[in-house]
Amino acid sequence: MQTPAPFAYERATSVDGAIEALARLGGDARIIAGGHSLLPMMKLRLAAPEHLIDINDLTELAYIREEDGEIRIGALTRHVDLLESELLARRFPLFRDAETVIADPVVRNRGTIGGSLCQADAAEDLSAVCSAAKAQVVIRGGGEERMVGMDSFHVGPYVTAVDQSELVTEVRLPLPAGGLASGSAHEKVERRAGDWAIAAASAALWIEEGRIADAGVALSAVAPTTVHLERAEALLRGQPPSEALFAEAGEIASADCSPSADGRGPVDYKRHLVGVLTRRALRRATERALGGTA
Amino acid sequence: MNVSITVNGEPRAAEIEPRQLLVHFLRETLDLTGTHWGCDTSNCGACVVLMDGKPVKSCTILAAMCEGHEIRTVESLEVDGRLDPVQQGFYERHALQCGFCTPGMLMTARALLDENPDPTEHEIRTAISGAICRCTGYKNIVSAVRWAAEHEAATRQEA
Repeated sequence: MQTPAPFAYERATSVDGAIEALARLGGDARIIAGGHSLLPMMKLRLAAPEHLIDINDLTELAYIREEDGEIRIGALTRHVDLLESELLARRFPLFRDAETVIADPVVRNRGTIGGSLCQADAAEDLSAVCSAAKAQVVIRGGGEERMVGMDSFHVGPYVTAVDQSELVTEVRLPLPAGGLASGSAHEKVERRAGDWAIAAASAALWIEEGRIADAGVALSAVAPTTVHLERAEALLRGQPPSEALFAEAGEIASADCSPSADGRGPVDYKRHLVGVLTRRALRRATERALGGTA
Repeated sequence: MNVSITVNGEPRAAEIEPRQLLVHFLRETLDLTGTHWGCDTSNCGACVVLMDGKPVKSCTILAAMCEGHEIRTVESLEVDGRLDPVQQGFYERHALQCGFCTPGMLMTARALLDENPDPTEHEIRTAISGAICRCTGYKNIVSAVRWAAEHEAATRQEA
């Protein structure tokens, strides 16, 4: 039987209360939301917090809304709600692509976006999705709020910019200014339904007058951390979308990741796969941006 | 710590360790052994129960987190000797052999039909994609859920 090491449990009744509890309890306290990353870690004793602060009652952190030119997603929003959100599917369709293949429907009833990002597991899909969508993460603590881009949010494998007495409260996705068409897609290959990715590619494109005004491209599961493909983005910027361009971006993706050989496949296979998935994601993002005319 | 959880419509209170998982609370503290404890890693789905009507994996949720919530287990399906249509469907269509996955499959199927009374084969397969059966190859399980859907639709028309 796998059972977590003993801990004390308390329920937060407000966001400020949760932050206050983190500050009061110090380094041995952890927030628990869906628990589908933390509890498995605790069962394996890879994590052994002495205090758990349950934030599942903080329903004020569960929402997806459009506000001030952004999509704002509360940290406690569950995978099932990300999957079913029509607003998100319209504005950032890569979320629905990813959520369709994250774990299984029962797990998706519990897991949250805040928990997924805070787990900072390179194989997890939403980190690449948020990186491609140029998300900002809102972190609250000590009476203040700060915003951190995905590159700074993920400090390393399983390590984030969130301090001990801070809480992630929101994820913000900037919407394109008027005149810009946008499209996005997430492409994943997995061994079986609900598994972690062998590799996955997320792409978001903002297109203006036939040229790519801006691009976001990121990869899951092919490096110790989520791979943000800045070289591929630089290549895409200013160019008209084309198959040749996407093939070149795919080659950069294959080169700029660092997969390791494991039960999911050897390195050369994963590099090849990353190239194919990057190309497919860019192609589908373009089709969506241009309403299927690309 | 003390928890009170509504299980199958009855308020149940117990003194537990905070680290007790829901599956062990059900099986050991309440002696409701219908819920099976399988992989312990939220992969197999044998331990699925309904929390406020939604299927969850009880091996990956603390009993303490269920305080104030309603849990429904496989024991609640049969009422006064009458099987729930999903149970009857599993019987009619031979949707189990060893039976280990069955409680999780039944509760996952029950939740699906509560939300979507007329699911397609694809929708059924998606709904049970988090539940593993090593005996049946799933074909008869899908058929059993369809049987239950059709049976429930017929019952509703009669009513």
